[in-house]
Amino acid sequence: MNNMQNLYLLVPLAPLFGALIAGLFGKYIGRTWTHRITILMVAVSFAASIYIFQDVMAGHTFNGAVYQWISTGYISIDVGFLIDQLTVMMMLVVTFVSLMVHIYTIGYMSDDSGYQRFFSYISLFTFSMLMLVMSNNFMQLFFGWEAVGLVSYLLIGFWYDRPTAIYANLKAFLVNRVGDFGFLLGIGLILMVFGTLDYKAVFAAASAHVGMFAPIPGIYVDTLTAICILLFIGAMGKSAQFPLHVWLPDSMEGPTPISALIHAATMVTAGIFMVTRMSPLFELSDTALSFVMVIGAITALFMGFLGIIQNDIKRVVAYSTLSQLGYMTVALGASAYSVAVFHLMTHAFFKALLFLAAGSVIIGMHHDQDMRNMGGLRKYMPITWITSLIGSLALIGTPFLSGFYSKDSIIEAVGMSHLPGATFAYYAVVAGVFVTAFYSFRMYFLVFHGEERFGKSHDAHGHHDDHHDDHGHHHGLAPGQKPHESPWVVTLPLIALAVPSLAIGYFAIQPMLYGGFFENVVFVNHEAHPVMEELKHEFPGAAAMAVHALSSLPFWLAVAVVVTAWFFYMKKPAIPAWFKKTFSVLDTVLENKYYFDRFNDWFFAGGARGLSRMLWKFGDVKLIDGLIVNGSAKLVGKFSGALRKVQTGYIYHYAFAMIIGVFVLLAMRKWL
Amino acid sequence: MIFGLPILSVAIWLPILFGVLVMATGNDRNAPLARVLALVGGILGFLVTLPLYTGFDKLSSGMQFVENVEWIPHFHINYSLGVDGISVLFILLNSFFTPLVILAGWQVIEKRVSQYMAAFLIMSGIVNGVFAALDAMLFYVFWEAMLIPMFLIIGVWGGPNRVYAAVKFFLYTLLGSLLMLIAFIYLYNQSGNSFSILAYHALPIPRFEQILIFIAFFMAFAVKVPMFPVHTWLPDAHVEAPTGGSVVLAAIMLKVGAYGFLRFSMPIAPDASHELSGVMIALSLVAVVYIGLVALMQADMKKLVAYSSISHMGFVTLGFFIFNAYGIEGALLQMISHGFVSGALFLGIGVLYDRVHSRQIADYGGVAHKMPVFAAFFVMFAMANSGLPGTSGFVGEFLVILGAVKANFWYAFLAATTLIFGAAYTLWMVKRVFFGAIANEHVEQLQDVSMREKVILLILALCVLGMGLYPLPFSEIMHTSVNDLINHVSSSKIPAMVMPAAAIN
Repeated sequence: MNNMQNLYLLVPLAPLFGALIAGLFGKYIGRTWTHRITILMVAVSFAASIYIFQDVMAGHTFNGAVYQWISTGYISIDVGFLIDQLTVMMMLVVTFVSLMVHIYTIGYMSDDSGYQRFFSYISLFTFSMLMLVMSNNFMQLFFGWEAVGLVSYLLIGFWYDRPTAIYANLKAFLVNRVGDFGFLLGIGLILMVFGTLDYKAVFAAASAHVGMFAPIPGIYVDTLTAICILLFIGAMGKSAQFPLHVWLPDSMEGPTPISALIHAATMVTAGIFMVTRMSPLFELSDTALSFVMVIGAITALFMGFLGIIQNDIKRVVAYSTLSQLGYMTVALGASAYSVAVFHLMTHAFFKALLFLAAGSVIIGMHHDQDMRNMGGLRKYMPITWITSLIGSLALIGTPFLSGFYSKDSIIEAVGMSHLPGATFAYYAVVAGVFVTAFYSFRMYFLVFHGEERFGKSHDAHGHHDDHHDDHGHHHGLAPGQKPHESPWVVTLPLIALAVPSLAIGYFAIQPMLYGGFFENVVFVNHEAHPVMEELKHEFPGAAAMAVHALSSLPFWLAVAVVVTAWFFYMKKPAIPAWFKKTFSVLDTVLENKYYFDRFNDWFFAGGARGLSRMLWKFGDVKLIDGLIVNGSAKLVGKFSGALRKVQTGYIYHYAFAMIIGVFVLLAMRKWL
Repeated sequence: MIFGLPILSVAIWLPILFGVLVMATGNDRNAPLARVLALVGGILGFLVTLPLYTGFDKLSSGMQFVENVEWIPHFHINYSLGVDGISVLFILLNSFFTPLVILAGWQVIEKRVSQYMAAFLIMSGIVNGVFAALDAMLFYVFWEAMLIPMFLIIGVWGGPNRVYAAVKFFLYTLLGSLLMLIAFIYLYNQSGNSFSILAYHALPIPRFEQILIFIAFFMAFAVKVPMFPVHTWLPDAHVEAPTGGSVVLAAIMLKVGAYGFLRFSMPIAPDASHELSGVMIALSLVAVVYIGLVALMQADMKKLVAYSSISHMGFVTLGFFIFNAYGIEGALLQMISHGFVSGALFLGIGVLYDRVHSRQIADYGGVAHKMPVFAAFFVMFAMANSGLPGTSGFVGEFLVILGAVKANFWYAFLAATTLIFGAAYTLWMVKRVFFGAIANEHVEQLQDVSMREKVILLILALCVLGMGLYPLPFSEIMHTSVNDLINHVSSSKIPAMVMPAAAIN
């Protein structure tokens, strides 16, 4: 084992060490040392990732085992690392955002009794996520996949005395398990078809299986299509794609730092990462790619609509995340994997920024999350205001900002795709741009501009808050109380995230998309799916691309949407109210999130409970136990009861029976 | 050999000897002595089995640590012991659990302490005998003897409805074993008056007789596993049994039935096993899906975990009857993991029961506020029960599902529903018991786990995590034997038709 390999090990193990220290000894070492140690460990991990990044850029990739996990009769499954451009980019994003969130947590969770536990969880999450992205085989991928799910479960339910939080975390875990169900079957098919779970061996053998039927009795489907769709079902769970998106909005019950880290920047992008990693498989099945694109398009557009009517600041950002994940998925379907990952990266920065800024607002508002009680905060929270503005501008794709480059590339890529469903996807993502602009600036104006609506009435905040109830906080600002800017541990991460949100797109688009950064990592069948080739052909350079956009129609439409949002919510609040009243049917559908939750609660949860009760009461209790087990016991009882009657104890009964017996025996002897 | 004594015999008789000694301490005035003596016996009993692992030759598929002494020469019954890669881990698992259950009953059991402790020690020795016996009669004696201590544990130290449960348990399991005895007698006659299990493995048997033998064994083993539809004794037995009884029942006794399939049914009647594998797989999948669903609505925590056990054992029998190495090794690993996890869950429920005297989920809520350390342990075991990677619960399920895809995609499809149901029933229970606001004053007054409880839970937690992160030491010991078994089972044992010489001419 050489030095580099030790360094690879250090990246996930450092946060694991921090998590163990915080979790096991947090009580003894106190709050300060807990955050010092965990932050130091994540910083070590980040620094090591930077070093590895440089090493990878110098051409040193790695694929090898750390230890043998298990061996069965046929194969050996290892725990191992695959270090290449994709991995190292994910490592940088994960460790950087995680580091920011760790620092931010000092401020956000400062008066929470579960301080050490929280640090332990987020460090554990960092470890799990790193194991996921660094894996070189499907078993370890699944390990990381489920481990991040576990930490997500623990963190959504962090405030475990709240009924809504523990409902949300169970729901998140189970919906993810539905996705994992498909994912695991996909892994099973891979093992059966390829005889190995090692990425490289599977990818190398993939093209030999094109056009073969999958070994699924009774169904005639292409092997690679079956594998890819099953794997993608896993991604639909983790990356919250329609119809498995239902858990993500509810996950906002968790503390805000984890909404930023897990439910925006990193964990939910695991599905995008996975599909990119599996590009050598997905490229061989147009059916799977079409499926991916359509699912992504539905998510991108329809989840955006829901963002428009939310009043909880975190929920707006959550629906925005759903919609942006849909964008990434669409890009995957268009074979523009590098674009998807590019958007994954820019989104990680600006969405983490938006969430953390929302958290800062929530601190300033004394844990009131309802935007109807905010307004005019820019005066009181200048850093939060400016960074939020940067985040929002990046999100809606303002030219020169990071989100512009990634999102515009996605739209162009989809426009060039010729797969079935691409036309629908194209219109969906274009329409999505306007929806994004509208809900983002609705939120921005409602929070930072206009009339100061806080501190008016003590019971004004209709929505639940984001903090532990035990602390004797009164929620929301008291009458006359003014919000104030958050401490530096909160604003520093905001600034640190605002920088890449502004600039990383401009600098990274050329090398990442067109400079061959992912050349040996992402496999694109350029003949069948020439999207990236065409994009590359048309790419005029980062600056020219932005300048060109300034003169394009979509840009001015987006500006018009922002102005509309300003007019609706700042100038004439009567207009949205009128819309709400006039289109009440539509409003009801949106308020009920297209009735998915209700349907799931009624059909799946209720159905399972009903079926369970029926099988138990009828199958086990009545049929097996009642009829067969106790029934046969009763039968034996009756039979022996009858037999007992023969034993009367009277000599003459016995003598009589004996005589009859003798006669019968004699008769038998005679006749036989 | 340790100190010149054969290890397997020591593993069997040392705990029994200590059991007798503990019983000799008499009534409850000497309870402290009985406890200490029992713990010493339990720990020694575990330590003497360790050479079985360290001295095990992983490359040999034959029986190891063999002992063979004539017992009843007239009927050719021998005291014959030995272990292979399939049985060795279960002796270790069983001996490992004995000190834990003794520790678990330390302060909780106040009446007839010496007899309670003795029952577990004797039980431990007998179960080791079941796993080590290479003579069918010896096996049968241990097999039936195993019922007695468990019958007493449930019937004497059990809950209010203990007599019904104990009798149901006894009759259910006894009924099955009688048919097994008939099969043994048939095999004794066919094999030229031998009770050697290994001789049975090599014995050619016609198809129809194989099927009858398979059914006879099935009746004995399926009840113990338990497989659907002969599973209904288990929830009752668990609910009434004291904590230690439940732990041994779930962690050890269920494994005995599954072990029987591997040691008897499959190698003795391979053709019948193949022919009936469809039925076995169907029953296993019913156990996974149907029982998984039934577990969801249980109001009693012990019943819930009992149903969960049946569902998990469905994975074991599924793994066996798909006849590939993933399946069988996965099933064996699942058995060991289920021992750790279900044992830990029953101990955890015991921890709550000792404090509140209720096992009803509805009587709890918000326990995590009062018992944070315990909640952390329990959530971990719950996650292992839902098969989370990184815990032992994942390893077996993962391999069995991989093996099932190989056999038939739809088997795997049905089996993998456990990913959803298993998580649903386990975590829903966790939610209602541990999370939420403090439900009532009983919960309000809860004290977190004591040092003794913490030690027990910590040991099991380390096992669950250790096996989850590094299962290789568990799997490599069974390779050779499992491969040998698969090869053995894949060749027919139906005797070739003997053509008269005249017919050929």
